[in-house]
Amino acid sequence: MNLKLIANVSISLLRARLKQTMVAAIGVTFSITMFITLLSFMSGLNDMLDGLIVNRTPHVRLYKEIKPSKVQPIDNSEHYRNHYNFVSSVKPKNERLDIYNNGTIMKVLNQDPRVLGVAPRITAQVFYNVGAIDLTGVINGVDVDAEARLYFFKDYVTSGNYIDLRNIPNSIVLGKGAAEKMLANIGDVIQVTTSKGERMQLKVVGFFQSGIQDIDKVQSYTSITTAQKLLGEPKSYITDLQIKLKDITKAPAVAKEFQLLFNVDAVDIQTANSQFETGSTVRTIISYAVGVTLLIVAGFGIYNILNMMIYEKMDSIAILKATGFSGKDVNRIFILIALSIGVFGGLLGLLCGFGLTSLVHQIPFNTAALPTVHTFPVNYNSKYYLIGIIFSIITTYFAGYFPSRKASKIDPVIIIRGK
Amino acid sequence: MNTKILEASSISKYFHDPVTIQILKDIKLTVDHGEFVSIIGKSGCGKSTLLYILSTMDTDYEGDLIIDGVSMRNKKEADLALVRNEKIGFVFQFHYLLNEFSVLRNVMLPGLKLDKYKEKEVEERAYQKLKILGIENEALKKPNQLSGGQKQRVAIARALINDPLIIMGDEPTGNLDKKNSEIVFNIFQELSQEYNQALLIVTHDNEFAARTNRIIEMEDGRIIKM
Ligand SMILES: Nc1ncnc2c1ncn2[C@@H]1O[C@H](COP(=O)(O)OP(=O)(O)OP(=O)(O)O)[C@@H](O)[C@H]1O
Ligand SMILES: [Mg+2]
Repeated sequence: MNLKLIANVSISLLRARLKQTMVAAIGVTFSITMFITLLSFMSGLNDMLDGLIVNRTPHVRLYKEIKPSKVQPIDNSEHYRNHYNFVSSVKPKNERLDIYNNGTIMKVLNQDPRVLGVAPRITAQVFYNVGAIDLTGVINGVDVDAEARLYFFKDYVTSGNYIDLRNIPNSIVLGKGAAEKMLANIGDVIQVTTSKGERMQLKVVGFFQSGIQDIDKVQSYTSITTAQKLLGEPKSYITDLQIKLKDITKAPAVAKEFQLLFNVDAVDIQTANSQFETGSTVRTIISYAVGVTLLIVAGFGIYNILNMMIYEKMDSIAILKATGFSGKDVNRIFILIALSIGVFGGLLGLLCGFGLTSLVHQIPFNTAALPTVHTFPVNYNSKYYLIGIIFSIITTYFAGYFPSRKASKIDPVIIIRGK
Repeated sequence: MNTKILEASSISKYFHDPVTIQILKDIKLTVDHGEFVSIIGKSGCGKSTLLYILSTMDTDYEGDLIIDGVSMRNKKEADLALVRNEKIGFVFQFHYLLNEFSVLRNVMLPGLKLDKYKEKEVEERAYQKLKILGIENEALKKPNQLSGGQKQRVAIARALINDPLIIMGDEPTGNLDKKNSEIVFNIFQELSQEYNQALLIVTHDNEFAARTNRIIEMEDGRIIKM
């Protein structure tokens, strides 16, 4: 077909109404700009808030829980097999909290293709001794390197050097809130007491700030060896295995599998933090809804412009049809006009969207809760640009569809006779 | 060889608004190769209505229309557009030039649509046609920079661009003064005599009609003399 001719006619009609077409195109530009900025910003925000949880939380946590035995001796008795047995006030027995055979388990896990990495941990309840009072706290004995690699440990140690925790024996990274309460500075030596009454002196090498105040008030970090020493436990003592998977969505299934395989307790991130996904989803839906609404409004702008143009150009359309242009040709001319408004406005919108997003990214945003964040978070995902341009083309196509159809149905006789 | 280029056999036309009335009654006519035919008749007798049917723009009629040996009855809209593009040239009372394009481009448009010659050739041909009409110097102007008579000549050049079988005109001189009407009429005569171009022109001007090869006179939707 005669595409060049059709393009030529379209452009001439466009040029004759440059101002209005510009206004229509700017409508599209504006909506795409806002669409991209909004989604980039919302998604940046989502990532940040999710990161707050996801960065710090293992996808699957293996641990041992002290709980009463599910099987009571009477259940094993032949004689009472077919009876209902009620045993009340069952108490847990004094079990060890550590994971048996954790060396082997870690070896198996490290070979599992689904697993990104494993960080062993020891959790110990302690008291921080400040003069005459004791503050309750939790000390995590961590493998510093694994922790840094898998859980961004470094980002959260806001003062001091995290690596000192590994290199200096009997060192501690204090939670920021806890440190403030104790008036402890880096280099100070503090004293802690375990729940069993052991005392130990630890040197403060850094402060830790997770962004969640309740955690920062109680939690501190030492190396695994220090924690083992503190608890008076042997080198094999590990209470937690924190697993990070390559694919977070597999966590529930994997947790179930490991629970059976290693005979430990396992919890996955989705179960442990079911709230965070809901928030993200709602924010995403809102951004899309606003973006799409803007686009539809822009679509009406294009619809109006085309209708006006067709009304004005009735004679021209009639003569084109009289001299041999078919309805289809006329239809294509106006669809092309609509699409060029959409594509031009859309591309400009992508640029402006990128610009505005970068601008938002420069706005300072400092909050004590988020030590790693200094400006508004944004996500420069190319997905939004792709969706933006596709949406702009689709809306302009539909905005152009009905006016174009009207134009293609114009009967040359009626106009030529009408003069 | 069949010399008939256009044949209307028993064409009738009804309008249904506000009441059904028959405007054309059993019209039979033929136009031969190179013939210069005029249609005259009182206002409201159905001349324009007939011309729009003969030009394939109006498809709502009874009877048959044969152009260049082919029936137009059951043709699709796009095919009819092609017939108009290739075989029929139009000149209306009003010029209907597109102000967005130059004079030259206006003349070229139906040629580009036909897509038989390359763009350069179409341009060359458009210049030729403008030259025949004596307005080649206005080629690069916009139509709204021309006089009424000049515009009508551009419209004729546009009608000629694809070397149509027949040129149809609905009162092509109706909007022009005496002098310009004379020029346009002389052009028609020249086309007929020198280029053997067939023409079918509706007119009110009896003097004009008298100088054509054949006059078709209509009254009340019927042909009363041919
Ligand atoms: N769309 C229509 N609906 C109903 N009647 C119509 C319509 N168009 C034309 N007519 C009627 O058909 C008749 C013929 O109209 P037409 O335009 O063919 O006349 P004409 O011979 O060209 O007249 P004129 O010389 O004034 O141009 C007129 O009586 C007119 O009122
Ligand atoms: Mg008329």
